[in-house]
Amino acid sequence: MHVITDNLPLYLSGLLRTLQICLYAGLIALVLGTVIAAFRVAPLPPLRATGTSWVTVFRNCPLTVVLFFMAFGLPELGLNGSYFWFGTIGLALYTSAFVCEAIRSGINAVPPGQAEAARAIGLGFGQVLSLVVLPQAIRTVVPPLGNVFIAMIKNSAIVGAFGVGGDLFAVGDTLTSARGEAVLPVLIGVVLGYLVITIPAGLLLGALERKVAIAR
Amino acid sequence: MKARSVRWGVLAASMALALTACGGNSENRLETGTDVPVDPNAQFEPGTTMAKLKQSGTIRIGTKFDQPLFGLKGLDGNPQGFDVEIGKIVAAGLGLPADRIEWVEAPSKTREELIEQGRVDMVVATYTINDKRKQRISFAGPYYEAGQDLMVSADDDTITGPESLRPTGAKVCSVTGSTPAEQIKQYVDPENLTLFDVYSKCADALRTGQVQAVTTDNVILMGLVQKGNGRFKLVDRQFTKEPYGVGVKKGDTAFCRFIDDTLTRAEADGQYAKSWGATAGKVSPETPPLPQLDPCS
Repeated sequence: MHVITDNLPLYLSGLLRTLQICLYAGLIALVLGTVIAAFRVAPLPPLRATGTSWVTVFRNCPLTVVLFFMAFGLPELGLNGSYFWFGTIGLALYTSAFVCEAIRSGINAVPPGQAEAARAIGLGFGQVLSLVVLPQAIRTVVPPLGNVFIAMIKNSAIVGAFGVGGDLFAVGDTLTSARGEAVLPVLIGVVLGYLVITIPAGLLLGALERKVAIAR
Repeated sequence: MKARSVRWGVLAASMALALTACGGNSENRLETGTDVPVDPNAQFEPGTTMAKLKQSGTIRIGTKFDQPLFGLKGLDGNPQGFDVEIGKIVAAGLGLPADRIEWVEAPSKTREELIEQGRVDMVVATYTINDKRKQRISFAGPYYEAGQDLMVSADDDTITGPESLRPTGAKVCSVTGSTPAEQIKQYVDPENLTLFDVYSKCADALRTGQVQAVTTDNVILMGLVQKGNGRFKLVDRQFTKEPYGVGVKKGDTAFCRFIDDTLTRAEADGQYAKSWGATAGKVSPETPPLPQLDPCS
């Protein structure tokens, strides 16, 4: 276990990088996923079609392919940018499809009477969704959303392989290949690093669930 | 609209190429190698490795099969490259022509095991001499001194060496966890270092302008330059020393001395230069001098 204690700063820098990727990707995915979920229940057919195709594409495409397209396809089209953002946005796009479906399941769980009542007092679709339906929907889908985000944290290990570098998983590569450390203790350190992020995240989500849950 | 569809076509083609491991055209362009004159009168003291090899009439040489310009196995099944040439030179010194050589793939991870277990008689495989390896095997040579270098776009004149990376704010690409990736950290800031799992992705990033330089040992870069069809060039300023040796069984000093003598002779009679010119010299035309040989132990 010397490897872990001796290389603590390296592990910490990797942890920080992974956290950065997850934080940005998680925020983007949450916003994007909510918007796409709204599209999917919208009364306008073109919006619904957009939402459906978005989910179909990103939910069924392997994450590596999405990231490959971000890192190597976009520069080919003349769009240059930092690999950090290519990777983070790729992860966010992929995750947004799952966020969308979680939220849509929450929307379906809201009793239809709620929306009907809102419409009856003269609210438009946007108001019905943002003021009445979504606030209830999101509160019921905290556990599935939590699963989506924990899966995303683990998926962030793949982002490091697409030019982002320096993340927790890449730290393991550096220690085993360049510095010739034994593989097993290094990987134990990497696993511990991910647990340091995912377990508190799980606890936080559990607390949040108890706080916002609504009995129906 | 038309321009756009062309772009998509280019993208689709390039992704297809990337998916086929960028193999493409490099396989058709065979390096020819040279015919090394065989020494017909080679005589050796009985009991030595040389005598045994000469008598058996074959030699098993370990080399890389995936290292362009040094050891690359093409579609015809015969490896080509400068390492292969060195193997042929040693075999010729034993009185064995090239067709008596049995080539064995020697990937980096298993080179020591191949020698220790006697599955090869020697290894010539871009094999850097270092103390850790010397504990298990012995090295003849070095026959070539490689070093970390930079590959840049063919029209780039601003990057002239590792020191010029920081002032120009250049982004540099290398492979995750590799020694070159660690070495370059003293010349570039972490945010300007891009890491992939293989060097072909770095070459792609250089082509699309996402990075301005790719760094690793010059011999790997030479292979990428050759594949790049004139898009890339070597800066040709090595800033680390990686002496390549011939791995033999630990303590076989007689064989080691024989290899050293054969190398010295090959340099004197021009075979060394000829071999370089026919292989790696196609990318790096200047023939390197034979490095100072290490004592055999």
